[in-house]
Amino acid sequence: METVLKVENLRKRFDKEDILKGVSFELNKGEVLAIIGSSGGGKTTLLRCLNQLIIPDEGKITVKDDVIFDDALGKANEKNLRTKRLHFGLVFQQFNLFPQYNVFNNLTLAARLLAKENNKKNKGSSDDLKKEYARIDEEATGILERVGLKDKMKAYPCELSGGQQQRVAIARALILHPDILCFDEPTSALDPELTGEVLRVIEGLKSNDNTMIIVTHEMEFARRVASKIIFIADGVIEEIGTPEEVFENPKSEKLKNFFNKSVEVISQN
Amino acid sequence: MLEMLSAIKSFMDEVLITIPFLKTFVEVTLQLLDGFKLTLFIFAVTLVGALPLGLLITFGSMSKVKFIKVLTKGFVWVIRGTPLMLQIILVFYGPGLIFHTTGLNRLPAVIIAFIINYACYFSEIYRGGIESISQGQYEAGQVLGMTKAQIFFKIILAQVIKRIIPPMGNEIITLVKDTSLARVVSCVELLKAAQDIVGLKAIIWPIFYIGAFYLLFTGVLTIVFGKIEKKLDYYKG
Repeated sequence: METVLKVENLRKRFDKEDILKGVSFELNKGEVLAIIGSSGGGKTTLLRCLNQLIIPDEGKITVKDDVIFDDALGKANEKNLRTKRLHFGLVFQQFNLFPQYNVFNNLTLAARLLAKENNKKNKGSSDDLKKEYARIDEEATGILERVGLKDKMKAYPCELSGGQQQRVAIARALILHPDILCFDEPTSALDPELTGEVLRVIEGLKSNDNTMIIVTHEMEFARRVASKIIFIADGVIEEIGTPEEVFENPKSEKLKNFFNKSVEVISQN
Repeated sequence: MLEMLSAIKSFMDEVLITIPFLKTFVEVTLQLLDGFKLTLFIFAVTLVGALPLGLLITFGSMSKVKFIKVLTKGFVWVIRGTPLMLQIILVFYGPGLIFHTTGLNRLPAVIIAFIINYACYFSEIYRGGIESISQGQYEAGQVLGMTKAQIFFKIILAQVIKRIIPPMGNEIITLVKDTSLARVVSCVELLKAAQDIVGLKAIIWPIFYIGAFYLLFTGVLTIVFGKIEKKLDYYKG
């Protein structure tokens, strides 16, 4: 199986506090990785380090053959940050759609800008660019159909429910064809009755081609959809394995405690 | 019948008495319109200069380079901390006093002072607007592979404009009235034009009459800003 992502000994500290204390793992193509753990454990920081929204302090990140980050490179890491970021797609907890653009333009904005840039670089004609724009538009329509929002193409984000907004955000990430699609607690900002539609869309993306990383508090979902689970606590990977291994046979005390607490929360609700 | 005729005559007399007044009124209005032209000119040129300069000052005050940031903030403090009238006087007389030259002409001095002063006020409004946009908007642009310039001009700017329309409306209406400060270096704008008439013709009412000019002008601006706000009302956030 083809290894898509390789993370080695990743470290990050903020204000003298270690948030990530040496995280290493690998991900194969088509795998779905769910990262679970308590708040403040470093899940989101890990995701943001991968996307280079936060520059790690130490370690190495490789996507396919492209080195995204290597502490040995020092300042040179900040070169080509944009192209490196494009290896990843990121769906945020708070959606972060662009409010002044309608759904369709939210999808096509970045893709069109990139197409324009490439066209200029390759000295393409304006006809080529028009064709490329048409292709992007067609693809956007297709993706919106896939997430069930084709009829909302002309709507503005403020006219959509939270669940619909998050589906647009997923579509927006998909159109750039990232190697790895990341979700940062995609349902945490949603009302409980809206989480289902978003989780179904994410589940529907599972295929041999789509590699995904999902930071989530939805244990049932993680268990059902993920092919690999990482449990992070205090900046360290406490456990890593298949859903069966991690959920049926938790080895560390921290994970057992975490599950007990999760169960308490569920029964309280 | 005779009674009726005398009534008409006395009415006509009254009308005839008002004719000299009407004549003065038209004269005064024309003179005031000359002053109003200059008021409009100062207003328009200040906007054209201060709107972009303000953005430059905003970038300075938000700069990551500490030296630039401190310098810009200090400058804004001085400009906002002293009267505009004083700044006009300084720009007009200052160069002549320092370099022993003839100094600037009246109007350019006024305009330079206005542009600098208003750019500083605008810059703070811009900064407030820019800082009110959530970090998530920038990050969304970043993960979509957009450049810093693309993020600012394609995502952030439009949202900032929507948010700063009300405070900018305030500031621009204040500018209309502040143009009257140009009289301090004898630029014959609307208020100075009225004062001159008061002095020459020994009549007081033109000074009150100009209130109508300012009201009309600010009224139009209020409507324009209302329209812009409404136009940007198609989205929230």
